[in-house]
Amino acid sequence: MDATVTTGTEESVWGGGNQPLGASYGKMMMWFFIVSDALTFSGFLVSYGFSRFKFIETWPIADEVFTHVPFFHGNYPMYYVAFMTFILIMSSVTMVLAVDAGHKMIQKKVVLYMFLTIIGGAIFVGSQAWEWATFIKGDHGALETKGGRILQFVNAETGERASLADFSKTLPEERVKHESSQGIWFEKEGYKTSFSLNEVVEGFKATPNILIRTETINEEGHKTVLTREESLAKLKDAVMVVEGANLIHNEYGSRLFADFFFFITGFHGFHVFSGVVINVIIFFNVILGTYERRGHYEMVEKVGLYWHFVDLVWVFVFTFFYLV
Amino acid sequence: MAHEHKLEIFRGTLKFKSNVQKIWGVLIFLSIVTAIEVALGIAKPQVLTHNFFLGMKLLNWIFIILTLVKAYYIAWDFMHLRDEKTALRRSIVWTPIFLVCYLIFILLFEADYIYNVYKDGFMAWNF
Repeated sequence: MDATVTTGTEESVWGGGNQPLGASYGKMMMWFFIVSDALTFSGFLVSYGFSRFKFIETWPIADEVFTHVPFFHGNYPMYYVAFMTFILIMSSVTMVLAVDAGHKMIQKKVVLYMFLTIIGGAIFVGSQAWEWATFIKGDHGALETKGGRILQFVNAETGERASLADFSKTLPEERVKHESSQGIWFEKEGYKTSFSLNEVVEGFKATPNILIRTETINEEGHKTVLTREESLAKLKDAVMVVEGANLIHNEYGSRLFADFFFFITGFHGFHVFSGVVINVIIFFNVILGTYERRGHYEMVEKVGLYWHFVDLVWVFVFTFFYLV
Repeated sequence: MAHEHKLEIFRGTLKFKSNVQKIWGVLIFLSIVTAIEVALGIAKPQVLTHNFFLGMKLLNWIFIILTLVKAYYIAWDFMHLRDEKTALRRSIVWTPIFLVCYLIFILLFEADYIYNVYKDGFMAWNF
């Protein structure tokens, strides 16, 4: 713009080279990505809310679904997820410390803190894999009705959940896993349950202290337990045995719950995993002295932003999946 | 990032001496909030589960508010939004908030409508 009269090039808005937001190109692009990714996650979480509001009276209670802690037996709702949350916040802290050390150009400290961040991320991904495995394996087992609703069992005396193995009869019957090669090609069983429907039904009839628990949540916020007579009547609706959860059947209740669990925590877990991979790359760059030669550690700051974002998303997933 | 850090949180009530100190302070605060959430989630006090505000349990309101508090400190202190220029911070924060509020409004109302359709027996699904 030579034709225009300018008093000083640094004050010209049109000459380029301005940074009205005070952020470098790379950082701006990282923020662009984070905002759009935040909207993606919001879309998932809101659609979870949509399905939950649709079935507000029958939605599974998360406390009763996630009750396990590795190496411990018994009923410990939430503790393990709380631990995972803490690990992720902790690794976020080491990441900020790495960024801070980077600003001061202390290479050794950046290496240490990046390393700790990677360890934290790895523990988190491992925990999530364990959580998935426990969820898929299932807990007590249940029956599914024709309409796809879940019937669980409780012990009438203790009021605690009863597993299928507690009361099912072993009948002298032969049961083969239904493969797609036998019979209709589009029908097959993914897994064979420990008991057949007949065994569970007969066992239920023979054990008077077992009651059926339906999906419906009563006013006290608990699942409704039927009387013995109602249970026997309800039992006639059952069409199959369900153990564990997958995308089609879910012993914990609404199938959509399992679908969203796999999708949302899976998508988040994938973010954590890719975050760990990116952190490892940057970690080696730091060791090799790339940023020392470049003169600044902005790259560490950029992966840091991504890493904190992953933590931020987890805070929301934690609330909407496990708490609310 | 601007090279100087703003070292106070809680609107200036708590001022730290260095950035590293502030990071640890925020960690302690976030841990306390998480601990409160978990304790409430396990205890589920009757007062909070049987009273409703705008159709939602008070307990759930507390969870959501505490989550937003946590999100604020993660974004402001860990992601350094506190040190960024106001224009950058506002465009990052308010754009998603606006869109997400809209989405929540639309989808939850629609879900409630479908819930009523199911409930009023126009469609059998619980059999």
